[in-house]
This record gives sequence, C-alpha cells and structure tokens, in this order.
Amino acid sequence: MTPDPAPAAAPAAADATDPLLVVDGLSVSFATEEGIVQAVGDVSFTVGRGEIVAIVGESGSGKSVTAMTLMGLTRSPNARFGGTAQLGGHELVGASADELRRVRGAEIAMVFQDPMTSLDPVYRIGDQIVEQILAHEKIPKAAALDRAVALMERVGIPHARERLRSYPHEFSGGMRQRVMIAMALSCSPQLLIADEPTTALDVTVQAQILEQLRTLRDETGAGVILVTHDLGVVADIADRILVMYGGRIVEQGTLDELFYDPQHPYTWGLLGSIPRLDGPLGVRLPAIPGTPPSLLNTPAGCHFRPRCPEAFDRCGEMPPLVARSPGSPGHCDRCWLEPATKRAQRETDGRIGLRTEGTVIA
Amino acid sequence: MSANPAARGAAGTEFTAGIPSALQADADAGTAGIGPYRLAWLRLKRNRVALVFGAIFVLMVVLCLLAPVYAHHIAHTGPTENHITDQVKVGGKLTDVVSTDGIPIGPTWHGRFFLGADANGRDVAVRLLYGGRNSLEVAGVATLITMILATLMGAAAGYFRGFTDAVLARVLDLIWAYPAVLLGVALGVTIAVGGLNLGLFQLHGNSLMVPAVIIGVVYVPYVAKPLRGQTLSLREKEFIDAARAQGLSHARILVSEVLPNLLSTIIVFVPLIVANAILLEAALSYLGAGVQDPNPSWGTMISDGIRLIPSAIHLTFVPGGMLVLTILGINVFGDGVRDALDPRATVHLEH
Amino acid sequence: MGRFVVNRLASVVAVLFAISVLTFLIFQAIPNGDPALRLAGRLATPQQVQDVREQWGFDKPIYEQYGKTMKLILTGKVTSYTQQLNVLDEVRADAPATISLVTGAAVIWLGFGIVFGLLSAISAGRWLDRFLTVLALVGVSTPVFLLGAVMLYYLGYKWHLFPLGGYVKLTDDPWGWFTHLIMPWTALSVLFIGVYSRVLRSTVLDTLGEDYVRAARAKGLTERRVLVKHVLRNSMIPIISLFGLDFAAAIGGGAILTESVFNLHGIGQYAAESISRLDVPPILVITMLGAFAVVILSAVVDVVYALLDPRIRL
Repeated sequence: MTPDPAPAAAPAAADATDPLLVVDGLSVSFATEEGIVQAVGDVSFTVGRGEIVAIVGESGSGKSVTAMTLMGLTRSPNARFGGTAQLGGHELVGASADELRRVRGAEIAMVFQDPMTSLDPVYRIGDQIVEQILAHEKIPKAAALDRAVALMERVGIPHARERLRSYPHEFSGGMRQRVMIAMALSCSPQLLIADEPTTALDVTVQAQILEQLRTLRDETGAGVILVTHDLGVVADIADRILVMYGGRIVEQGTLDELFYDPQHPYTWGLLGSIPRLDGPLGVRLPAIPGTPPSLLNTPAGCHFRPRCPEAFDRCGEMPPLVARSPGSPGHCDRCWLEPATKRAQRETDGRIGLRTEGTVIA
Repeated sequence: MSANPAARGAAGTEFTAGIPSALQADADAGTAGIGPYRLAWLRLKRNRVALVFGAIFVLMVVLCLLAPVYAHHIAHTGPTENHITDQVKVGGKLTDVVSTDGIPIGPTWHGRFFLGADANGRDVAVRLLYGGRNSLEVAGVATLITMILATLMGAAAGYFRGFTDAVLARVLDLIWAYPAVLLGVALGVTIAVGGLNLGLFQLHGNSLMVPAVIIGVVYVPYVAKPLRGQTLSLREKEFIDAARAQGLSHARILVSEVLPNLLSTIIVFVPLIVANAILLEAALSYLGAGVQDPNPSWGTMISDGIRLIPSAIHLTFVPGGMLVLTILGINVFGDGVRDALDPRATVHLEH
Repeated sequence: MGRFVVNRLASVVAVLFAISVLTFLIFQAIPNGDPALRLAGRLATPQQVQDVREQWGFDKPIYEQYGKTMKLILTGKVTSYTQQLNVLDEVRADAPATISLVTGAAVIWLGFGIVFGLLSAISAGRWLDRFLTVLALVGVSTPVFLLGAVMLYYLGYKWHLFPLGGYVKLTDDPWGWFTHLIMPWTALSVLFIGVYSRVLRSTVLDTLGEDYVRAARAKGLTERRVLVKHVLRNSMIPIISLFGLDFAAAIGGGAILTESVFNLHGIGQYAAESISRLDVPPILVITMLGAFAVVILSAVVDVVYALLDPRIRL
C-alpha cells in the first residue's frame, strides 16, 4: 500500500491519558483470484475505558474487517496485515495463534451480526456459555454454570436456569442476541466488539439490545466498539464515531462534532440520507449517487472522488487524516477542501447533505 | 506472518465469510461479462492435473474406438478368435500360445499377442480394446439413460410437486433402497435368462444393452434426488413466478427457465455416473450378470484372469490397470470440473 | 418424538410392501417367457416345472402369484432348485460372515474416512490435501474385486502374510477370525474411505464458513476444540445418513464382490454362487431381504439423526 503523504496525527481520545486500545496504521489485504483486495488501509484510532466508539460505513467499507482483525478472525493464508493494535499490553495483530486465543473471549469479546447463525445449533445454550468460561478459567463446571445463569439474568433472559438447557433454535432472534452478549461478557472482557449487533433484529428489539449494551458499559466500564452502517444506532449511544469509506477512515470525531459539524462530503451524504420525522413529506430521501468503490487495485487518490460532487484536481492525491479545526483536535478528516468551503457546500435545502448533480449550485 | 493453522486451512471459506458481501459483489463485478460456464472453463484450464487425467480418459476412449484397426492391421486376429493350438515366434523361436499344461503366453511386445494370450489363446490386447469398447459403450448408454430419466423425473417431481412428486419420489426411494450391485445382478440374471419384452422395447439376453439399461436405471435416484431438491428451491425463485405471470406454459418454463439452472448439477454428475457405470459394469460382468461370454469386457476379462492369477498374472493386471486408469482419469477430471463450477468447494491459495 | 417414530414406522411398512411388489415384478412379471421354467432351472424335467408352477401359482392371476410368492418367502419355504436347500436357512447360516465382514470394514472406513476427510479439509489446497484427494480418487476408481484379487495374490499367495480367504467363526478361533478378515476388511473399506473422506472434506469446508465456527473461535477456544466439537460435530450429520445407507446395503448383499473374491461364505457369496448357477429363488430372496435391510436401517438412522441434530427433535 502507498503511505500517506503526511502521517495521521495521533487522535486525542476521550480518555487520552490511558487508552484501552490503540490501533496504529492497521492495514489488511487479501489475495484473491482477481487480484489483491486492499480491505483496510492505514487505520488508526483509540478506544478508552468505558467509551463507546462507533465505526460507521457502507458494506465493503472495511469496518467489519477492521473489527474482526482485532479478534484475529480474518487470519488466513491469503491475508496480509500491517500496523499494530495494542490492548493493555497485548499486541493483537502480530500475536501468535496461542497468545491470541488467550486474549479473545477473555480480554476482547465479540457480538456478531446474525444471532440466528452465530450459535452452534447442536449444543445447549448453557453448555455454549460454559464452554467459553472454561476455555479461560480453571473453575468447576458447576460454578461456571452458576455464572452462566447470572449472566443470562443480567442480559434480561427470564427463567435463566431452565433456559440453560434450551437449544438455540428454541430462542427468538432477540433472545439469541442476548445470549451472545451474555457469552461475550462471561469472562469480563475489557473490550467488547459488537459487529452490527442489531442489523438482523426487529426494530423494537434493536432498541432493547442497544440499551443493554449501554447499561453493560456503564456497569463494567469496558470499552465498546460498535460496528454499524446505521447512523441512527450511533446517535443513540456512541461517544465517538469513525466513518470509514473504501477501507480508510475518512472522518472521526465525537458524536456532536460529526453530527453538527461534519467535514467529509461522504459524512454529509450519510447524514443527508437519514430519514427525519420533521422533514418534508413526499420528497425522495437523498442517496449518495454511485456505488461503493472496488477495493481491487484501487487507483491512487481519495477513494470517494468518483462519487464526490466536490472533487477537484487535488483529489488525485490521497488526503491525510488530520484535524483541521484548532478548536477540536480530535476531529480529523480526510478531505482537501478548505473548512470554510465545506461549511458552505454541505448545506442543501436547509440541512446537511451531499449535493446531487442535478442540484448543483455554482 | 503467523496464522493459526485452521484459519489457514479454511482460507477460502473463511475469506468469503469474513469479507462484507459488497466486496464479493465487487469481485464478481470485476469478472462481469463472462458467463458462469466460461468462468468455469477458465478455472478448469488452470487445473493442469484435471486436464491431464481428462486427456488420459479421452486417450483410452480413442484407443478403444480404434480396436478394429488394431485387430486388422497389427494383431491380425479378432477378439473372439481362439488360437489354443497355434504357435507364435518369440525371440526367433516358436512358442505355444497356450502351453500344454494350459498356461497362456505372456506379453510378447510384438504385433501378435502384444499383451499375451488368455486361456483360450485369444489375443489379450485385441480383447482389451474390444472389451474397452464394450465397457465404454455400456457405460455411455447407461449414463445417457440415467441422465435423461433423472432429469425428467427430478425436474417434474420438483416442479409439479403434489401428486407427481409423491409418486416419483416413492419410485426413486424404492430403487434407492436396493443395494446397487444386487439390483443390477437381480435384473441382469433374470434378463440374461429370458431377455426382456416390454412390447415396444425388446432385448435379447446377451445384448450389450441389457447391462446398459440396468446400470442406467440403478443410478437414476442418485441424480434425480438432488435435481428434484434443486428444482423445488428454484420454483420459489422470482424468475419462475415472472415466467408464470407471463403466461408461459409449464413445458416452456421447464425447458427455458428450470433446465438451464439445473445444467451445472447435471454436468457435475456426468463424469461421476460414467465412472460408476464403468465400475458397475465390471462388477456385473465379474459376477456373470453383465456382458456375456464370448463378448469381451474389462469386467469379464478380469474375472477370467483372476482364476489364472498365479500362472498368468498379466490376465488380471492388463484389463485391471486399463480399467483403473480409465476410471481414475474420468474421476480426477470430474473432480476438476466440479471445483471449476463450484469454486466455493475449492480453495486456491495464490500468494 | 413418539409421533415421529410412529410416522416413520408406518412409512417403513409401506416401503417394505412396495419393495416386495417391485422385487416380485422384477423376477416374475417383467422378464420374457415362462417364470416356472426360469425358477425351475435349466435342467429341470417337465414334472419339476409343473411342480414349480403349482407351488408359486404361475397358472393363477398375478395378485395371487404375488400372494403365493410372499407366503413362500415369509414362511421360509423357498428352496433353491439346484441343491433343494431351504434358502432362509442358508441365509441365516451365512449371516455371521457377512456381519463380521461389514461391521469390521465399517469401523475402518468410518475411522479413516473421518480422519482423512478432516485432514484434507483443514489443509485444503496444500500438498497433504492433494495427496489425500488423489488417494481417495484412486480408492473410488479401483474395483473391489480387482483390489481383493491383487491382495490375495501378493499378501496371501506370494508372501504368506495372511490366510488365502475363507471364513473362520469368531466363536471357534477369534485370532483366526481376525486374520482371515483383515484383507477383506481392508478391500471393502477402501472405496468407502475414498467416498467418505471426499464428502467429509466438502462438508467440513462448508461448516468452516459458518458463523458459529467464527463465533467459537472468538470465544478463545483452542483450534482443536473448535475443529472437533463444533466443525466435526456438525459435519458428521450428513455422514451419518450416508453411513446408515451404505452399511445397510453392504449387510444386505452389497458386499457380494468382496465376499466372492475372498471366498467368505456370507450372504453375498451365496448370491454370487446362485448367480453363477442361475438359481433364481435365492437371488429373489436375498434381493428382497437386502432392500428390507436398507429400509429398516435407514429408519434407524433417522432416529440417530434426530438424536444428533436437536433441530429435528419433534
């Protein structure tokens, strides 16, 4: 991969004194039959204790690959990794298989997107939770079972002791996701990665699961990485947001910074495409024109350029991820436009959004 | 770079599972404009081993087709001509084709009795090629019967469902319940004794078509069942609904919408059935319920050879080796075809 | 669960009936010519043919013929024409050899099939996988009777490592039983090892892509535990149904080739001898019993299947 012209400034985290997770220059590429796929490039960020960091992006933006790489789940012979990820003294990217095994499930735990397929169909729920506990701690099975009951009660599963003996297919989707969360919490991890935890669930259940995640963060003080394509989910609970596009972070900042002062045109587009209850009726929801980039042999320059109405000649060069406003050092973006231009161009029809070609204002 | 061993092993599947779907869509878009069969062909072309074994199979078929040429111009004898009392020149001196204590001559590596003779003084090389012709003919016809019957039954059962499906599925279950060799033997013996007469359709007991029909029928369920399942799920797809909404007839939908989607499964089954048909033909002939004497086939030749194994091992090894090589050829090639058509099953690791 | 068993039982009975009709048709109705002539054999006198005709009811309408045939079989009164021996008695006497052969071979083919299939899948694309693939394909391409004959010649006749075929009763001489069966076990299992390792390889590769396997890795389980407890356990489900069918078919006469090559006097060998004498009654009975065995054992497999896969529990 090509290094950026200017190194990314170390972003200041909410808890800059002692971040829990420090990811620096992470890159992931896969060799496929068609060529090299650069799934993630030069991704750096931190997660503090008790902080919820959301990674937002479309399918193929590299957000899930980033999250799974931290767990070592993207390892395969055709994968290449670069950069580092430090979690409280453990190096994750370069860890040996055995080191990694001891960390995953104990220090970092993951909640997956689809609870319907993430539990092994042939084992009882209780056994699956106990299996994780016993993989990391030398305690009697009865004690592990007791803990499983406590965990299930904690995530709001009624009749936990009886339901230990149930099989996954006897649970609803929301209940299975609660089981997954209970399992993730079973060894009191410092970092919880939730990969689109609500995407496969009903809207009402989504809210419950998000509430659950926030409560757990408050109770345990664990850091949370929330991977999602849904800015609505993020607005609810995230402290800080990373917006990813084409395998790169294009903008990062606090919730307020991103929602009220978005810098990157892609972020404008994302914000503009959120449906609003107070918006005008009978108007089409704006969408970002074009399709996400192919990560196969990507050309140099800003990945969003082909879809960006603001693109100009400088965009042929990859912009660095830097803070551009002196007042908010943690708010970085990857766009060559001047901040003043950005402020002017992001207003469409009285709200933030991406201009569409049809409504270009000179 | 370190990687845990199983993740490495599972590379292909894990890769597809680990990458967001849009990325795969991109990868597909990268090869857009190339049809699935062309893509499969491109993949197959890269699989050298499969191509080499495919070529071996083709070579065997060609050799067997040239049997009459060999018999006329090189061996100067036919597949059923006995030479028990003849003598042949080996290394300048005359030798009995079959010695006085009944042991046939081994390979001479010359035109006559190139691979030796059998107990009746028949030229093994000539019989080998003619036998291969018979074996391959039986297997070819059997495969044709299997594929046609299985496609008709599988597609009809899956498409019409209901009563048609119930009846056809039961019929398939019935055939499926018989051990293949035993059903083949049972049919083979009864037909060999009296021939078959189903009005329009008549067979003589010693016709090559007897084992062909038997083998063809025995393998129908193995192909029809998966095709039925695939048709059942195809029927739920929108494009079938769309075709029906356009008012197309059932026959038209089956031919133009369902069949093309079954084609890759059918293609995958052809080499598998050919290989198994050759094997079953050999087994039936070995047991005396297949190709009938004096017609040669690889199965009957092995069967004859095994009786003389201590004194004339070439009678077993020559047809046996030919048989194994041919079946191995089609099997390895078929494996490559399947991998090419269903790349999810293969894991190609290029660094 | 009870309902499930009852339903399955009902369908077993229906299929058994259908099999008896089909087998009857294969032997009595479809072929050309006088079935009495065929059943009586080639050297029968006119009187014998007449006796057979009356015994099996060939002068009666077809449903009565079926009734008579089934009655003869079920009451165990079918006799072979060449030796005039009771067929069911013969089958009963031959059963231990067949069961010994198939059970031992099944243990071998299941064990090696699983090990090779799993190894092949986790080394997919590398030399071990290629080697095992070639081995499996050679296995499925070699006729058992050829393999058996070559083994007999080299391991038995030339090098005197194993006895030259035949069957020794387990109760008479356990060691002799074992040594006589080693070669037949091996020969019979080679084909199945090839098939099972290929099937397991592809199901394991499919299973490795499942979300729950990724989730199991995320739990921090050892790779061995992920493979055995999650991947293999789920991949075994299709193997079990395959195994039930193959095991039943082999017991029900499918081991005919192995038995005849190694001169193991089992059910298959009995069938093979009857074929060479064109002695139809034993073939009829064995074919029908073989199909019965497949149907009954595959019903048993369905129950095992339900035990293995909790989703099927009704």
